[in-house]
Amino acid sequence: MEGARHMDEAASAVKSVHVRYFATLRERRGLEEEILQTRAATAAELYEELRKAYDFPFAPEHLRVAVDDALCEWDTPIGDGQRVVFLPPVSGG
Amino acid sequence: MNVSPILAPSSAKKFNVRTFSLVRKTVEPDALRCQVERPEAGAFLAFEGWVRNRNDGHPVTGLTYEAYPELAVTVGEQIIAEAEERFDTLVVRAAHAIGELNVGELAVWVGVSAAHRDDAFAACRYVIDELKERLPVWKREHYVNAPPQFLPGTPMRVAPAHEEALGD
Repeated sequence: MEGARHMDEAASAVKSVHVRYFATLRERRGLEEEILQTRAATAAELYEELRKAYDFPFAPEHLRVAVDDALCEWDTPIGDGQRVVFLPPVSGG
Repeated sequence: MNVSPILAPSSAKKFNVRTFSLVRKTVEPDALRCQVERPEAGAFLAFEGWVRNRNDGHPVTGLTYEAYPELAVTVGEQIIAEAEERFDTLVVRAAHAIGELNVGELAVWVGVSAAHRDDAFAACRYVIDELKERLPVWKREHYVNAPPQFLPGTPMRVAPAHEEALGD
């Protein structure tokens, strides 16, 4: 019970996250990185916030997410101080 | 007689040698090739990806590659580890250029040494194919008569092709 209540509070609490942008997202945002204050509980919620704010051209299914430099699922909870990157479709090689 | 020590293929991790690197500007194939040489090798294979002067019918004057460096190195090393596991190789190395490149310059290099050619061909093919779809790298093309732009690309694959096929 105590644990569950703690989780709910964590989900809605304002946290600072470090977001880095690459390629098309960097151009659209006009920044390479920023520290954001957000109530987003997951990477998916954070992307929706940013997509609305900056008119990002990608649906989430065309992007991948990294938290603290490791690939992860969209429903990964994000916490205060974490580093988040949304990865546009790739074109290396 | 002074015999220089031979590093076993598995020693890369032990001595913390990078099996994949991002190189600003120019990839040096000769230096990379030296890392792959082994006396046990009967085959050496290298793939070089070059900047082409046309794409989709449009003349291209050059490229800029942008990478998410921390993740690109992790993913590149993971792909090489997969190739070493799947094929009977001696040493596998790869490098990708970042920054501005001109037509004809080397963008990506994959080198494999193996006792026999079949495994060298297969491992080299595996690494370049996986790098193309899994490396967090983005290509911005420069044109003669149009502003530069990032290519549409393909959604980044997060697992080896053979595992994704199994998962579906």
